[in-house]
Order: sequence, then C-alpha cells, then structure tokens
Amino acid sequence: MAYVAVKGGEAAIAHAHGWMAECRRGNPAVPGIGVEQIEEQLGLAVDRVMAEGACHDRSLAALAIKQAQGDLIEAAFLLRAYRTTLPRFGHAAPLDTRSMAVRRRISAVFKDLPGGQLLGPTMDYTHRLLDFALAAEALAEPAPEAEAAADEPLRRVADILAADGLMPAECDAGEAPPDLTREPMAFPASRAARLQNLARGDEGFLLGLGYSTQRGYGNNHPFVGEIRQGEVAVCFTPPELGFEIELGSIVVTECDMVNQFQGSRTQPPQFTNGYGLVLGRGERKAMSMALVDRALKAGELGEDRVAPAQDEEFVLMHSDNIEATGFVEHLKLPHYVDFQSELEVIRRMRATAAAPAEDRA
Amino acid sequence: MAILARTTCTALQQKLADAPPLPPHRRLRGPETGLVMLQGRAAAVGNAFNLAELTVTRCAVALDNGLVGHAYHAGRDVARAELAAVLDAVLQDDAARPAWLSQVIEPLAEQQEATAARQRRKAAATKVQFMTMATTR
Repeated sequence: MAYVAVKGGEAAIAHAHGWMAECRRGNPAVPGIGVEQIEEQLGLAVDRVMAEGACHDRSLAALAIKQAQGDLIEAAFLLRAYRTTLPRFGHAAPLDTRSMAVRRRISAVFKDLPGGQLLGPTMDYTHRLLDFALAAEALAEPAPEAEAAADEPLRRVADILAADGLMPAECDAGEAPPDLTREPMAFPASRAARLQNLARGDEGFLLGLGYSTQRGYGNNHPFVGEIRQGEVAVCFTPPELGFEIELGSIVVTECDMVNQFQGSRTQPPQFTNGYGLVLGRGERKAMSMALVDRALKAGELGEDRVAPAQDEEFVLMHSDNIEATGFVEHLKLPHYVDFQSELEVIRRMRATAAAPAEDRA
Repeated sequence: MAILARTTCTALQQKLADAPPLPPHRRLRGPETGLVMLQGRAAAVGNAFNLAELTVTRCAVALDNGLVGHAYHAGRDVARAELAAVLDAVLQDDAARPAWLSQVIEPLAEQQEATAARQRRKAAATKVQFMTMATTR
C-alpha cells in the first residue's frame, strides 16, 4: 500500500522539535555534556555508532550521540545521512591486521601461543558490580606498565592452523569487492558482500543470530581462535601522487572463530572459519559477526540451510538497523488515506456478509 | 607524511611555534574533506571486502619557488592538513629539509614512538598465563 503525503502541521512540528531540544538539554542547572567528553568517555558508544553508521569519524559520531540523546541507532542514522554529503576520494588498501599494534590479543584455543595472551583494556573477569566510586568522579590511576618486547607482528592463530593444514588457507583472488553503498544487495551474495553487510549490521540483531547458532539453530560448534584489537595503519594511493601514503591509524577489532570440521573422501577433515572485523572496540559485535559469517557459509560447505542464521536473504536483508528503523518507524506517520481504503473494504465485506443472512431471515 | 598524518593539530602547531615561520603558499586544492572507503580481507588474508568509510581531509599547496606539497589525513582537521601540505612542500627543498626534519618531524616522530611504546608496555602488563586445571569429570 502506498504512503500518501500529508501537509500542514508546520507550527506544531516546530514546537515539538523545540520541546525535544529542551528535553535533550535536560535540567539547565546540570552542566551540559560536551562532544569531546562523549568522544573520550563514552568511547564504546562512539565505536558502535561508527560501525553501524559505516563511517569512521570519532568526533562526528560523538556529536551524533549528543544530538540523538544517546539513542545509538538514531545516531548511526545521522552519521549515515551526513556521509552522503561528502565526495569519495577513493579506496584505501585492505587493512593489514597482521601488522596491528596490538592492545589486546587472546585465544580460547591455545594457552601458550607465540607472543602470548594480552588481555588489554577489558571488562572480562570483572564482577559486574556497580562502582559507586565512579559516581564520585575520581581520576583513574594510570594503567600499570611492564617491560615490552619490540613491536613485532604477532602470528595469527588461523595462520598456525593453516600451516598445519588444519584449516583451509584463505587466498586473495584479487576481485574488486561489491560495494553496498553504491549497489543494492544481490543474491546469492558473495562473501565480500556478506562481510560488508555484517560489518555495518546491527549489533543486537547479529548477537541474537549468533546466539541462536550456539543454541542449536545451525550449530557450528565455535571456538574463539583469536580476538585481536589495536591500531592499524590506513594506506591509500592518491592518484596525483602515484605512491602509497599513510592516512593515519584506526582502532579495529578482529575475531577469528574456529568451527566444526568438514571433510570428504578427497579431503582430510579441516576446521572451518568465521570472520569478524569491526571499527573500534566492538568485540561483542566482531564475535557475533564471525558466528553469523560462519553460519552463512552453510551453502558453500554443503550443509543444509535450515536455521535462520544460515538463510542469507533473511540475515542480510534485515541486519541493517537504519533500513529497519526506517520501515518500522514509518508506520507512525499519517496513513489516513491508506486506512480509509481499508475501512471501506472492511465495511463492504461486513455488509456483504450480513446481506445473505438478512435474505435467509 | 605518515608522521604528519598521525599527529594532532595542537602538537604540530607547538613544534612549528619553535621553528622559523613557514614560507608563504598558495592553495591549489582544498583543504577539503571527503571519504575514503576502508577495506578488510576475509579472515585477514583472503578476498578484500568494503568495511566502512573514513573521513579524510586533503590539501595541495604551492610555494613561490614552485614546490608543490600534498597532505591526506584521516579526520576533518582542515588547519592541520594545510600546515602539513606546506611542510610537505618545504621538505622537498633539499637545502631546507634537514632543518625542518630536526625541528618538526623528528620530535613528532619521537613523541609518537613514546606513545606507542607506552601502549606496548601497558599491553605487556596485561599478559596472562592461564593454567589448565584437572577436570572433575
């Protein structure tokens, strides 16, 4: 049913927006929050908005969070809308996560992996008790330091498994990946299209789907091969220069899941992988993405597609929270003409249903 | 260029304050902000995929002596991009290069290395040795 435009209501809408601005500011006796404070102190919210808004810019994401009063989906929407106003200079070289300046790197499969396990700044192993000291706003103690080896790349768990032939080695076919910001999703989707879709997908949706695979809806028995988090350099070749330069570095989180093995008459059994990569420190999202990436490989690996997480059309068409919120929330806009036609139809049907009964009487 | 791309405008201006003034320049393009598409690789080594965009500011300038400087930086700091483009131009002048390197670039590189080293030491302090216990099965 088509949506029919309405007009009028300008004054009421302007007043509603004015009241919204007042609500956003809250009690004027309380100091206002600055965009810099959001950027520095609500860093994980900033990371989530950048990931789902599919645009890396910490201060823009912080501004969007302030404008959206902390509604992170609305904030991602604002960021996506803003990015459409900017020209595109080109494509960066694929991020080399193997040469990441690692802050955190853990493996749930190997206790003693080369380079060791680095917990980094994590909420893991906390007791999830409210810390009332934070309400009193004390400065955090500087983090402890220890002697560190020179910054040399840490070997990836997936590479260790691949070297032993226990995991298929991924290879680069050199194909230009599809770009969902330029062309709509097409099915069957390539893995490159799926990964882009998941990287910008809603964390809650992917978390729920990932959880469903663990509970038996397309079980693929995952282990965290490795999670790594840290800074990677962004390299780009401007056409006018003709050589690669560094644009700066960004923080990303990567998750390699090691999953149930596959084998055939011609191939000895091998583990399979699921991969997650997100902007910022979105570790839950990277893990969920890796679970769903693995589930979506069902068709390629010859597994039956029976669970929701294995159904690529279901997953990829519903993962984007900005598209989803647009379609769900448009329902609250005036649908008077639509509904008028439904009313006429239902009245006619009721009249037809009542007429024979009167005839029988 | 990598060192200038990683610095903040404040840090750059501090270093420039201690150096002789930059020569006059003419803007050829920008400073202007746009986007660069970031890519990842499937399982870190496989086919490339588009990850998300990154805001990038670029600037190109020319000096009176004809040298042209470029800057491309992550973020939207137009002032930093313009200063960096001028520095890129003066650094191409072989005579002036050593002075600018020692007064601006090297101190910035040292600061950045110190920050990276501090980060490595913090990470090293969180290195963990897990012990596996006998199971009760």
